[in-house]
Amino acid sequence: MKASQSSYAYTPGLKIKRAMIVRKERKLPIPGEVLVKEGDEVSFDTVVARTFVPGDPFILKVARELGIEPEDLPSYMLKKKGDRVEKREVIARYRTLFGLINKECLSPTNGVIEEVSSTTGRIIVRGDPKPVEIKAYILGKICEVMPEEGVVVETRGAFVQGIFGVGGETNGEIKVLVDSPKDVLEADLIDEDCEGKIVIGGSLVAKEALQKAIELGVRGIVVGGIKDTDLMDVVGYEIGVAITGHEDIGLTLIITEGFGKMAMSRKAFDIFKEFEGYRAAMNGATQIRAGVIRPEVVIPHTKEISESKLELEEGIRMGTIVRIIREPYFGEIGKVVNLPIELQVIETESKVRVAEIELEDGRRVIVPRANLEIIEE
Amino acid sequence: MPKTSLDQMKFILATDVGSTTTKARFFKKTENGWRYVISGEAPTTVEKPYEDVTLGVRNAVREVEELTGHKLLAPGGKGILMPSRSNEGVDLYVTTSSAGGGLQMMVAGLIRSMTAESAERAALGAGAIVMDVIAIDDGREIYQKIERIRHLRPDMVLLAGGTDGGNMKDVVEMAEILKAAQPKPRFGISYKLPIVYAGNKFARDHVKDLLGGVFALTMVDNLRPTLEEENTEPARRSIHELFMEHVMAHAPGYDKLMKWTDVPIMPTPAGEGMMMQLIAKVFNCNVLGVGLGGATTNIYSIYDGKFVRSVSANLGMSYSICNVMKEAGIENIMRWLPFEKSEDDIRNRLRNKMIRPTTIPQTLEELMIEHAVAREAIRLGFEHHKTLARPLRGARRRGALWEGAEISDVFALEEIYGTYIQMMNVKIIAGTGGLLSHAPRRVQSMLVLTDGFRPEGVTRMFQDSVFMMPHLGVLSTVHSQAAWEIFDKDCLVRLGTLIAPNGTGKPGEKVLDFKFELPDGTTIKNSINFGEVKRIELPERVEADAFLDPTGHFDLGEGPGKVVETKVYGGVVGIVIDARGRPLKLTENDKERRRMLLDWFYALDAYPKEFLDKIKEEWV
Repeated sequence: MKASQSSYAYTPGLKIKRAMIVRKERKLPIPGEVLVKEGDEVSFDTVVARTFVPGDPFILKVARELGIEPEDLPSYMLKKKGDRVEKREVIARYRTLFGLINKECLSPTNGVIEEVSSTTGRIIVRGDPKPVEIKAYILGKICEVMPEEGVVVETRGAFVQGIFGVGGETNGEIKVLVDSPKDVLEADLIDEDCEGKIVIGGSLVAKEALQKAIELGVRGIVVGGIKDTDLMDVVGYEIGVAITGHEDIGLTLIITEGFGKMAMSRKAFDIFKEFEGYRAAMNGATQIRAGVIRPEVVIPHTKEISESKLELEEGIRMGTIVRIIREPYFGEIGKVVNLPIELQVIETESKVRVAEIELEDGRRVIVPRANLEIIEE
Repeated sequence: MPKTSLDQMKFILATDVGSTTTKARFFKKTENGWRYVISGEAPTTVEKPYEDVTLGVRNAVREVEELTGHKLLAPGGKGILMPSRSNEGVDLYVTTSSAGGGLQMMVAGLIRSMTAESAERAALGAGAIVMDVIAIDDGREIYQKIERIRHLRPDMVLLAGGTDGGNMKDVVEMAEILKAAQPKPRFGISYKLPIVYAGNKFARDHVKDLLGGVFALTMVDNLRPTLEEENTEPARRSIHELFMEHVMAHAPGYDKLMKWTDVPIMPTPAGEGMMMQLIAKVFNCNVLGVGLGGATTNIYSIYDGKFVRSVSANLGMSYSICNVMKEAGIENIMRWLPFEKSEDDIRNRLRNKMIRPTTIPQTLEELMIEHAVAREAIRLGFEHHKTLARPLRGARRRGALWEGAEISDVFALEEIYGTYIQMMNVKIIAGTGGLLSHAPRRVQSMLVLTDGFRPEGVTRMFQDSVFMMPHLGVLSTVHSQAAWEIFDKDCLVRLGTLIAPNGTGKPGEKVLDFKFELPDGTTIKNSINFGEVKRIELPERVEADAFLDPTGHFDLGEGPGKVVETKVYGGVVGIVIDARGRPLKLTENDKERRRMLLDWFYALDAYPKEFLDKIKEEWV
């Protein structure tokens, strides 16, 4: 089969930007009320939109409770479909033998009678609607209002995407706990001063360090890697499918490189160093499937925005700085020095498109293009 | 329907809009019938910032244009040029789609093993991923069911329950639960969630009263009109129609794409399933198939004419690779490796594949690890499949009874039956999916399929060369002759025939004497001992007469120790005789297990010899 000469491997990398415009869409799950207007300044925890979701439904087996036939239910109802009821209010009653037998059915909640069925003898009581609020998540300005739906918040800041995370949205002050991106984040580096903060580690977070961080009320950890078994111990179960963000482990964790011990990319580490002491927002939510969601850290700041030299959409070119993301050179960083057009046979005997990479130590290696990730300059 | 008559057609274009990639396949009628010409691929554009699926389709088709010089795209983004003229246009354009996660459904019935199971089969057969099965006896309290339904955001719900004229109250109760939970559709908050009701027809009015206003309700014939009868076709058809009307119409760009195609867009697995059924029809035998994808594993069986599809939504080779590890257990993956690695190392490698799903193995070690996972994904997927491919529960049974059986035995209402699939009666196993089609040596696919399915007796093994089963499946609904010609000549790779006696024994014990008479008059005669595998070259489209004489209690389908005389068919791998025993067991002694694996790999020439030598030196 002929291979297309015009197509090239599009290898998206993770975004690591010192300064850029970050826009975040903040949407309600169902239509509601937007509480801010375009141009408003908002902080991390500002509520920007609110709605009410239908309350919890309760299905009551009334006919059975009263000892009557389902078809007789309507005649014993004290309330009808659509009526409002209060908690513990009598909604149906069966009285006989001059009151000697008196059976009642009470409402389990404040709400409305939604359904009365003379087929099943059951009724549905819908609890009062529950409020749902959406926060701004980042410090910035409202740049767009979607009526009844939500808003777009815009900020200038640093933006670092991780490769995998657990735990949801949070915010806190950045505190870097290691000297180099290769250092391991050990438990003794975490102390009371880390409470409420987002702490930055190097190549690995040890299980003990994670547990101590949770105990001390650290809001988030960003680190190069973690051992799968340590993650499993802390989360309490083995994550099967990479759809995360809802875990409740007491903090949000983002790994920037992968599983195992892996030095955090120099660029990400330098950004955290530069903005130590700034308040940042982070979200561990990850979805590795169609509609990829990667975990992220947003650090709003007002420093100069530098132009990006390379657009990711250009794909891999000669001179592109890349990270190798599969064995046997996993984690190594290098420069593309050759992009052969012809397919090449690799060790597995597969014929694939490859690139020749000059590693940081000067070695030159051949790597399938599928195993490269662009590092944005 | 297409405007050109089938015999006038010269060019056909088919696409599959996958979750990540849109794949175009271009077909041409030649002097030798319909042939596959070329492929074009491009990233799917259902997500932001594009949110128009036709962009990805056009990019993929443009690649075909560039490679062939045959103009296909109508100017101004107006679809595909039709009909064909010399070197432009096509006479038929069809497509399948699984973008955005495919069709995701929730099903509900009364008894889990009866109407709920029938409903599950109907939804799966329509190409859906079943997110959950809600039943009265599913072990959950009403509030738990409601909570679960509220959390799901299905594309569609299938509600079944009760035979016609049977239980009505429970069906209405189930409808009440749905009403109480008010599930919200996945795409968009502004449209009504489609619900297909395929239960007791006498409960329709009640169901309509409850659900009619809140949901887009469709009524179809009961899928279990009596306990003895399962009629999933009306539900399946309705699911396909609603998939187009509601789900697809709300996915970005599909409104346009629907106008471009000649026949309705089909869910990708439904297309794949059609090809599996076509294989069974053409070869007139029982077939097992697998679609081993990155996110899901689909298993298909066509057994005694009955088609069943199961989908293990979270078993796959990239996105879902860690779920295979979770479900199978890391030790079950590691047992297929002939070298030693720490559990932590394998775990981290699989996690890293999960978070970077598009990477490929560069080393043979990594390739073997992926093949190990693939065996387990198929094994687990098939286990799941067997829970669906079983006789109707609750049906009164006749026949196959022992001598002296009482009438009460005949009419026993509830019996515990396992699957009806007997491996000895499965004559073809077919595989598709990236891992299989990218396997550097075809024998690796054959081995993965063998260790995953554990076939018994004499079984032909197939796989596809280029991923186009879904394309050909949807094409077969319009032009089955073209679909089969292309499939036969350009898609179907005949791996060969596997001969695997049932039974176990001691290492070194003779299992089988065999003799093959080839068309050129050559005779191959030999025997095989327990624990061994042998590979005999026999090219594609060549048949040989086989005389197979199993010893003692070993069985090839005619009974223990009975001779089997049959035809065996060649392929790119040839004939593989597998005397490792059924059930297949790997010893727990690590060193011995590694030695056995290496012996098999050497015998089959499954991986490069130098690499196996290196492992042998280091680990055995």
